[in-house]
Amino acid sequence: MYVIGERINGMFKDVKTAIKGRDPEPIKRLAVDQMAAGASALDVNVGPAASDTLDAMLWLVDCIQEVSDAPLAIDSPKLEVVAEVLPKVKNPRIINSTKADEDALEKYCKLAVEHDASLVALTIDQSGVPNDADGRVMMAATILTKAMEAGLTPDKLFIDPIILPVNVAPKQPRNVLAALQQLTLLSDPPPHLLLGLSNVSQNCNRRELINRTYLAMAIGAGLDAAIMDPFDKELMETAVTAELLQEKMIYCDSFIEAALSGH
Amino acid sequence: MPVPDVAEKWSTKINEVTIGATEAEGGSRSSTITVGGAGSLPFLRLDGDIGRRPAIAVEIWDAAADDMWPDALNEVYGDALSDPAKAAAKAVEFGADLISLKLMGTHPDYGDRSPQQAADAVKAVLGAAGVPLVIWPCGVPEKDNDVVPACTQAAKGENCLVGLATEKNYRTVTASCLADGHKLICESPLDINIAKQTNVLASDAGFPLTDIVIHPTTGGLGYGLEYVYSILERSRLAGLSGDKLLQQPVILDCAHEAWRSKEGKSSEEDLPGFGTAAERGTIWEVLTATNLLQAGGDIIVLRHPEAVASVRGAIDSLCAE
Repeated sequence: MYVIGERINGMFKDVKTAIKGRDPEPIKRLAVDQMAAGASALDVNVGPAASDTLDAMLWLVDCIQEVSDAPLAIDSPKLEVVAEVLPKVKNPRIINSTKADEDALEKYCKLAVEHDASLVALTIDQSGVPNDADGRVMMAATILTKAMEAGLTPDKLFIDPIILPVNVAPKQPRNVLAALQQLTLLSDPPPHLLLGLSNVSQNCNRRELINRTYLAMAIGAGLDAAIMDPFDKELMETAVTAELLQEKMIYCDSFIEAALSGH
Repeated sequence: MPVPDVAEKWSTKINEVTIGATEAEGGSRSSTITVGGAGSLPFLRLDGDIGRRPAIAVEIWDAAADDMWPDALNEVYGDALSDPAKAAAKAVEFGADLISLKLMGTHPDYGDRSPQQAADAVKAVLGAAGVPLVIWPCGVPEKDNDVVPACTQAAKGENCLVGLATEKNYRTVTASCLADGHKLICESPLDINIAKQTNVLASDAGFPLTDIVIHPTTGGLGYGLEYVYSILERSRLAGLSGDKLLQQPVILDCAHEAWRSKEGKSSEEDLPGFGTAAERGTIWEVLTATNLLQAGGDIIVLRHPEAVASVRGAIDSLCAE
């Protein structure tokens, strides 16, 4: 499971405060601790609060690179911010994210290839998130085609079929599972399939239980990557166990430790 | 119509492990052996680098072999069988890349020799032969825990390959190998889950995963060989797919399995119609070894010189470009 740790995000209070006061220690700690908890990469998002997005993003990247060589997912809705930040990233790069409109795809795929970055592409365009599985698959096919045209190989592409909160969009979790199953057949090898997991439980009660259960179901349908909280130990252990049950690894008595300790 | 590309692309390789240390490296070996390194299924060049050439370890015992080995082996070794130094010299003459010294004489039922006697045998073999050494204890945990530290100490600096860490008994041998600078054999009873777990345990005890060789236990032809084959295949596939706990090269004790089989050890009176006793064990050894080479064996343990020659020929042809 490719876990992109979600905690370095200005939406969290500790990160917001650290960005405001330019206090590097909490950021460094979050970077090191998320990787130690089993993350494969780190999301970097300044959040809505920062007055100067670009400056804050560059500062975050610098802080993290001092203590970690983890791949960094540069998470910004602004293409110009991503384009400015990428050349400053020494670690492996991930762009998070592009929508599925053709002109956006062309720009982002080009940028990814230029900087040898991976790209997260969402199945959403001007008309919004598709209601059903088929709409998601069609958009994913467009994404893949554009990526291939630009020279971005499937192993550098993360397709996110977008999960919506179960309390307001009760049919969507099931539709996303159906989409995932079809997306595994999109190409050989298929692109990575990713979800911003915690969205499934926005404003719900028992969020951790919902996240954990849905993650196991999604892995069963073909998910191999997620932006999620690596500090949720049970969530991480659920991911390992679901992958074990999908024959992604060979069992041993210490299978959790073997998978999470960086062995 | 273009031919489709069916080659697999693997993300990782099997570890390379070097056994033996020359004088420059702090030991006294005249040569060292490196095994592993494959980035493909065994000998499948289509997928990638087939890695290092498999090595042949010739097995000798510290004592008791003259009583317990079949006539076919007694004849080729003669009186050298009761003297590990002489047997080691013979093994080199037979073409050994390494010598595997099994300390069967320390077994409580076969002589119960002392740790000091075992250490003396190790020193004698190191003195008599320049090839790298595998130290293989008798397999009785309590006894091995006394014998192994004496032997690793006696061979300090020689970078030997030392057994046997098992799921239930790994601490002493692991610590001894760490302290005296040897490589480690982790053994599991034909069980890939336990093979992985034993590596977790050795790793947690501070032993580098890159210095381990797996002994998955060996089954001879007609005695579970196909089961060994499928375990080796699954293990290699997992290792190539990135599982660091199954990326270790593999040692296979073909000698032990072939010469304890009915076909290997029975006399012509006991087994009429099965051909010459002198040839049967060797044939069993060769067939077991050549099959398991193709399953992914990196070090093959053999006894009979004709088996050594024959398996070497098979390795030559499998490794030929």
